Formats: sequence, structure tokens, C-alpha cells
Amino acid sequence: MFAVLKRELSAYFSSPIGYIYLAVFYVFSGYFFFGVLYSNTTSLSNVFNGMFTIIMLLIPILTMRLMSEDLKNKTDQALLTAPISLLSLVLGKFLSALIVYCLGVAITLVYAIVIATFAQPDWTVVFGNVLGMLLLGAALIAIGMFISALTENQVIAAVGGFAVGFSLILVNSLSSLITVSWMQKFVSGLSFMERYDEFTNGILDISNVFFFISICAVFVFFTVRVFEKRRWS
Amino acid sequence: MIEVKNLVKLYGDKRAVDDVTFTVQKGEVLGFLGQNGAGKSTTMNIITGYLSSTSGTVTIDGHEILEEPIEAKNRIGYLPEHPPLYLDMTVKDYLNFMFDLKKVKLPKKQHIEEICNIVKIADVFNRVIKNLSKGYRQRVGLAQALLGNPDVLILDEPTVGLDPKQMIEIRNLIKSLGERHTVILSSHILSEVQMICDRVIVINKGKLVADGTPDSLSQSMSTDHKLLVRVAGPQEEVKKLLAKIPGMQEVTMVGQRENGEVFDFSLEAEKGMDIRREVFKRLAERSWPLLGMRSSELSLEDIFLQLTAEDSASSDSGNGGNA
Ligand SMILES: Nc1ncnc2c1ncn2[C@@H]1O[C@H](COP(=O)(O)OP(=O)(O)OP(=O)(O)O)[C@@H](O)[C@H]1O
Ligand SMILES: [Mg+2]
Repeated sequence: MFAVLKRELSAYFSSPIGYIYLAVFYVFSGYFFFGVLYSNTTSLSNVFNGMFTIIMLLIPILTMRLMSEDLKNKTDQALLTAPISLLSLVLGKFLSALIVYCLGVAITLVYAIVIATFAQPDWTVVFGNVLGMLLLGAALIAIGMFISALTENQVIAAVGGFAVGFSLILVNSLSSLITVSWMQKFVSGLSFMERYDEFTNGILDISNVFFFISICAVFVFFTVRVFEKRRWS
Repeated sequence: MIEVKNLVKLYGDKRAVDDVTFTVQKGEVLGFLGQNGAGKSTTMNIITGYLSSTSGTVTIDGHEILEEPIEAKNRIGYLPEHPPLYLDMTVKDYLNFMFDLKKVKLPKKQHIEEICNIVKIADVFNRVIKNLSKGYRQRVGLAQALLGNPDVLILDEPTVGLDPKQMIEIRNLIKSLGERHTVILSSHILSEVQMICDRVIVINKGKLVADGTPDSLSQSMSTDHKLLVRVAGPQEEVKKLLAKIPGMQEVTMVGQRENGEVFDFSLEAEKGMDIRREVFKRLAERSWPLLGMRSSELSLEDIFLQLTAEDSASSDSGNGGNA
């Protein structure tokens, strides 16, 4: 697992992808952060709120090459014939994207420290926010990785990732349109944004944590299944 | 060492591998011959655990590839048809990565250095793989397969796309590797397999049609009785003289060169007859210089035609020799 993790990390930064991701993340979060500075509050919630859409769009860029590149270059033959389990291979890939993602998220801690020089922010809220952002990203990475495992074309993988991101955003407006109550409950239960918003509002609901972690587990498992299935086809 | 039993691989309705059974002993070098689409790569992908068979088993040193994949894969070094190289890495980074990936437990730096010297890639060690020529990429792929000194080497068309000099080098290399490893290699080239391998398996349309030593294979389809000679002398008289050799069945003039003074003849004698000495002796008596002589080699396609023809005639007469 660590061999794969290490190689994937170095691949992110030997190509422009890692830098593009970080640059976009820093620019947008910086933009939202200056909004916070001008509005004279110590709450970073606006930054975390604003980043939701940006993250939805950025994660597919991180995950598009994760599996597709190996399928295309046939390097999956080296990975799948090596004496390691499929799960540790998939986890290595997953963690590499997660670590790069975390490098982006880490900037929010810098913002919090900057804020702290003016006035103490509510640290528990800040950490709740960061945790929410991490969990949201992890879930999206798992989904993006799964999509990437389905195709050897990186562009298709990215477009598929965007499509998932947009439908997750759409789910919110959809749930407010539905009048049947159990259906509305079900659809809003799927909503990433509602759960994420609770984090940014400083509410730490364990069921939300559990939700995102389950999404990760399910899609890591699906990715493993994709490889197993392909072997049998 | 390697036991393949009743291997079948279906792609939809198509039988890419059709009930293939063979074993390879420790230290043996086995050649895999077959035309395009015969199922060589598919079989190798199943042996290495990249693909799963539809039915049948593959056992490496007592470990079934699907039941104990880690144990089995630990013992295999695999060079696929298309070397699995990360083009944006340097040779050094790539081999280091593969070393870690395979969890090799030898001294890292020394072992990688050793392998680079064996496959002669030390001079490109710090180059990016993208910029290497096809031959060097093939060698890096081979180096990757050798990491950890696996007992079994599976090499899918290791010499394809190389220039003749490199081809010979790689063949010699594989031959020397065969002294310490159990090797399966696939090829289209009969002479290559004959040179490197202790034993040859021929597959056609997914079916195993022959299994034997290169000698037994070529004996069963001996070409000694077919010769191509080049003689300087009067065409008709030479032809008459050669036709009188005992056992000679057919003499045909196939070419004319050097202003009509030199002729090429194709000779066919009775099966099992060696007429080479006789041809030389008779021409020498008449002082007609013999400028060249070679047995007309069977191409792989010829062997195929023979094997598949025999195969359809009677079910197992295709087995040219026995292992
Ligand atoms: N993924 C696949 N889906 C469907 N058919 C396939 C697939 N892979 C291979 N085949 C078919 O299986 C057969 C065997 O292919 P294989 O690659 O094993 O041949 P080969 O002996 O290695 O040929 P070559 O000499 O060209 O490398 C071919 O007819 C091929 O078309
Ligand atoms: Mg092949």
C-alpha cells in the first residue's frame, strides 16, 4: 500500500495536476477569506460554505487519473500481478488523493490562525468545519476514484465526476420541490450539502460523520469490485 | 513448478483459451508458439493472476493463483506484451517503486544495481522512461520482472520490436536466466524458440496442438530432406546430375544469377534421407563449384498448416513429441 501511495503522491507533483488543484483551492478559499476579513467577523463559516461548490468541481480533477491512467498505460498489469491485495492497492490510491486534498484544506487552518491574531475564533467550530470539509472530500474522492476505475479515458472520468458533483448540488433544490414527505426525507438524506452545512454551522452530528465515512467505505469497496469483475469478464 | 490444468477462458462465446493443460518443471525454459490471437497472452495473463480463468486451475510451486494469490504472485516475475512502465518516471524511480511494490526483501540499492547490470540499462538509469527507445523500454520491463529473483519468469514476446543485435542479446540473456529460473516465453519466431527453449508448446485458436522438445518438434516435421543449393555450372547438366542422386524425388531450378552462370535449385529427397554429402561429392567430381547450400526452413506458418491439418485428421496426432 505504501509503495502505491508514495508513487501516486509523487505523480501528483511531477505533473501539473497537483499544483493546479492547490492553486485553485488556495485562490478561491483566499477570496472567501478576504470576504470574511472585510465583514469583521471571526467566523470562518463563509469560507467553508463557499468552498462546497469549488470542492465538488475540484475533486474530479484529483481523481480522474487515479485509475484511468493505469488502465490506459497497462501499468495495471504490474499492479495487479504484484503480491499485494486489491484492497491495499485501492486504499493506497485513495489515500494519495486524500493527502493532496488535505494539503488544500490545511490552508483553512492558516486562515484560522490569522483570524486569531485579531480575536479568538470559536475553535471547536473551526475544527468542526475542517472535519466536515475533510469528510466531504474523502467521500467525493472515493466516488471519483470509482468512476475513474470504470474508464481508461481520463476526460470521461473527469466529466463523470463533474456530473456526480452537479447532481449532488441539484439534489438540494430537488428536495425542496418534492411534496411527498417520505420521498423528500429520502432525497434530502442523500444531500451532501445539507450534512456539510451542519458542520459549517458548528453542529457536530455523529450521524453525518457516519454518513460520509460509509460513502467512503462503500465506494472503496465498489472500486475493488470493479477490478475483480474486470478480471472475470 | 508450474501446473496448468484444463484452462478455459471465454470472451462471450469466443474460446480464447480452450482446455489447455501442461506442466513446467523447475529450471525448464518453455516456449509458447502461436499465431496472432492464438491465446498466448491470455494464457500468460491467467498464469500471472491478471485475468481469471473461466475454468481450470493454475498452480505455482503448490500455490493456486486464485486461492493463494499473494503466495503465488510472490514467485512470479512478469513481462507483459506491453511493458507496464510509468512513462513519466525515471528508470531509477520506477525500479525503486516496483521493488517496494513487490515487497522484495533484498538489499535494495545493491539488488537494483545488479539487475541493471544484467539487462544493461545502467547507462540510462537516471533517464525518464518516456525518452527511452523501444529496446531500452523492453529491457526496463525485463528488469522489473527480475526484481526479487522470482523463481518463475513469464515473458510475453520479449524480443518483439527489437533490432537484430538487441534481439540476439536479449535471447542470450534469457538463455542465461534459464539456468536459475523457470521461464515461460512466448514468440512468433520458431528459430528463437528453438534456440532458447528446452521445450515448446504450440497453441492454435486457444487449443494446445503440440508439446515437445524443439528437436522432437522439428523431427516430426523434418526439413533435412529439403535443400536449397546454388551451383555455378550449366543448368541442364547440373539438373540431370542432381536428379540421379539415389533417393532424389524432385529437382527444380528456382533462380538464376550472375549473368546466367549460377543457378539456384530446390531439391527434395525422400523423407529421412540426408543427401547433403552426396550433392557435394557429385558436383566436386565434375568441378562445378557449390556456392551455397541450406535446408529450406519451415516457417511457423508451415508448421501450423501441418499441425492443424494433422489435428483435424486425428485428434491427437498433433503431439509431435512427448515431454
Ligand atoms: N478483452 C477481450 N475481449 C474479447 N476478446 C479478447 C479479449 N482479449 C483477447 N481476446 C481475444 O482472445 C484471443 C486470444 O488473444 P491473445 O491476446 O491471447 O492472443 P496472442 O496469442 O497473445 O496473440 P498475439 O500473438 O497477437 O499477441 C484473440 O482472438 C483475441 O481477439
Ligand atoms: Mg500476445
